[in-house]
Amino acid sequence: MTETLLIRDVTKVFDLGDIQVNALRGVTLSVDQGEFVAVMGSSGSGKSTLMNILGCLDLPSSGDYLLDGIPVASLGRNRLADLRNEKIGFVFQGFNLLPRTTALENVELPLLYDRSQRIRKPRENAVAALTRVGLGDRLHHHPNQLSGGQQQRVAIARALVNQPAIVLADEPTGNLDSRTTLGVLALFQQLNREGLTLVLVTHETEVARYASRLVELRDGRVRRDEAIAAPRDAAADLAALPVEEAS
Amino acid sequence: MKWRMLLKVALKSIARNKMRSLLTMLGIIIGVGAVITLVALGQGSQRDIEGQVASLGTNLMIIMPGSSHFGGVQGGTGSLGTLQLSDVTALRRNTTQLAAVSPEVRVQSQVVAGANNWNTSIIGGDPDYLAIRNYQVASGRSFSERELTARAKVALLGQTVAEQLFPGEDPVGARIRIRNAPFQVVGVLASKGQSAMGNDQDDVILAPSTTVLYRLGDGKTLRAIVASAASAEQMEAAKADASAVLREAHRLAAGSEDDFHLRDQTEINQMATRVTGTLTLLLSAIAGVSLLVGGIGIMNIMLVSVTERTREIGIRLAIGARPRDVLAQFLVEAATLSLCGGVIGIAGGIAGAALGGQLLGISLVIDPAIIIVAVLFTGAVGIFFGFYPARKAANLNPIDALRYE
Repeated sequence: MTETLLIRDVTKVFDLGDIQVNALRGVTLSVDQGEFVAVMGSSGSGKSTLMNILGCLDLPSSGDYLLDGIPVASLGRNRLADLRNEKIGFVFQGFNLLPRTTALENVELPLLYDRSQRIRKPRENAVAALTRVGLGDRLHHHPNQLSGGQQQRVAIARALVNQPAIVLADEPTGNLDSRTTLGVLALFQQLNREGLTLVLVTHETEVARYASRLVELRDGRVRRDEAIAAPRDAAADLAALPVEEAS
Repeated sequence: MKWRMLLKVALKSIARNKMRSLLTMLGIIIGVGAVITLVALGQGSQRDIEGQVASLGTNLMIIMPGSSHFGGVQGGTGSLGTLQLSDVTALRRNTTQLAAVSPEVRVQSQVVAGANNWNTSIIGGDPDYLAIRNYQVASGRSFSERELTARAKVALLGQTVAEQLFPGEDPVGARIRIRNAPFQVVGVLASKGQSAMGNDQDDVILAPSTTVLYRLGDGKTLRAIVASAASAEQMEAAKADASAVLREAHRLAAGSEDDFHLRDQTEINQMATRVTGTLTLLLSAIAGVSLLVGGIGIMNIMLVSVTERTREIGIRLAIGARPRDVLAQFLVEAATLSLCGGVIGIAGGIAGAALGGQLLGISLVIDPAIIIVAVLFTGAVGIFFGFYPARKAANLNPIDALRYE
């Protein structure tokens, strides 16, 4: 297996003037291609900071970061933007879709910023990504015409459309009820089986149990990093839920 | 991101807040509209003035007798009866720069036709006079060289005179009496309207110069000699040429004063140009101020827009937009906003000019150059005043922008 992502001794210090906050105090982590990693930690554990660094939104204060073999730590703003565009798919807690913009246009958006012209036919690819998350019949709906689960699926389709090396999901189920949460997790598991590398940040143990590996952060350090022996199957759990009206 | 996409996003954003966009554009609309209206009216009235100047005659040069002075009493222009028919002959023979020369004799007299009478100017000239003074024959004919030599009693009536003496009739072939001498009306002049000085140029009777000079006048002094230069460029050379010929004909010693005055239309043209120049300066100031105000309005609303759409900017940055892409997006939006205002302003300005021109009786002149300048200028204003908000958007930290509520 090849390493998709490798960070070594990464620290992050925020200078708030009077005080300095050590958000990360030396984190080493590698994620291989095809893994489904859950990053857990309470508020203030540094998981958001780690997520921002992994997502090339922020740079570490020290330490190395290799993303798909590319050293990230010393790149400028434009190269970071290009890396985000080519290598990373984001799924956010609040969906973060553009309002008053159709699902299709939302999914197409990353391809419009693709300078490498790696992916031709943005429209076809966007349709394919939406079909892949089961929204092939909602192409021209606006976010406010979609349920929370559907909006998150649009966001997942947007994360997939640029064929990223890794998808980073930051509390992707934080705003969803349990049934919809299971639906989203089942989709993640399915995509992971199809070969997608996934890092999911959460503070809920319930959610983390669906990943194949668990990394727990505390006070800016990795406290636990272990494989989950028997991950739960979200599709099966969803089927086991008492039947009610679909949301 | 491609330009077409940027434009689409910009138009969408403008259309989303129609009222706000319209109010933002209002400054630009009013500024551009006012400038277009005023420039069009200014150019229209300048053309009208030019038309009036041209109606005096094409490349016209007027030679007047000099002023007399006896014992400290200074007579007015023309008080010295120094111009004679021999001068006309000399000018015709010895100048190379003049296309046509004609004497001008003028007599003010009562004119009678049947039961009607009218007091008007009887102007005597050579057949060339009509061309030099830009008179045209509306009906009938002009007089001939033969009639000039024969001092024939033929006359051409101006429109005003024709209406006064022959209301509702065709005067051609009729007879009129000037100072008891019977004249035959051979033609009627086309209307020239008012001169730039407000004189009615149609209140006039034209007759051969010899007829007026010997039968109605004192038989000696000319009121003026009129001539036309071959072209406007040759006017100065023609004036020098005519001046030299006249000095020689009048045997003036070198260094002595001219006993005649040479005038052309450059003075009138200069005055018109000066007025237009002042107007243009004034309009530029108005345009500058209104576009400044409009531009500040655009900057203000773009800043609001950037704040409102902080999250959107965060999303775009997170999924791989470079800061430059965000900059371009907001610049295009500001420029589009400004250009829309400019286009509406141009349309409104043309409508305003048409309306104002109709009300004020000024002809409508729309200069394509001013429209192109207006479009370029409003685009530039949008980009200039949109730059600060756009840069603010582009420099947002994606992490903070995504978390912005």
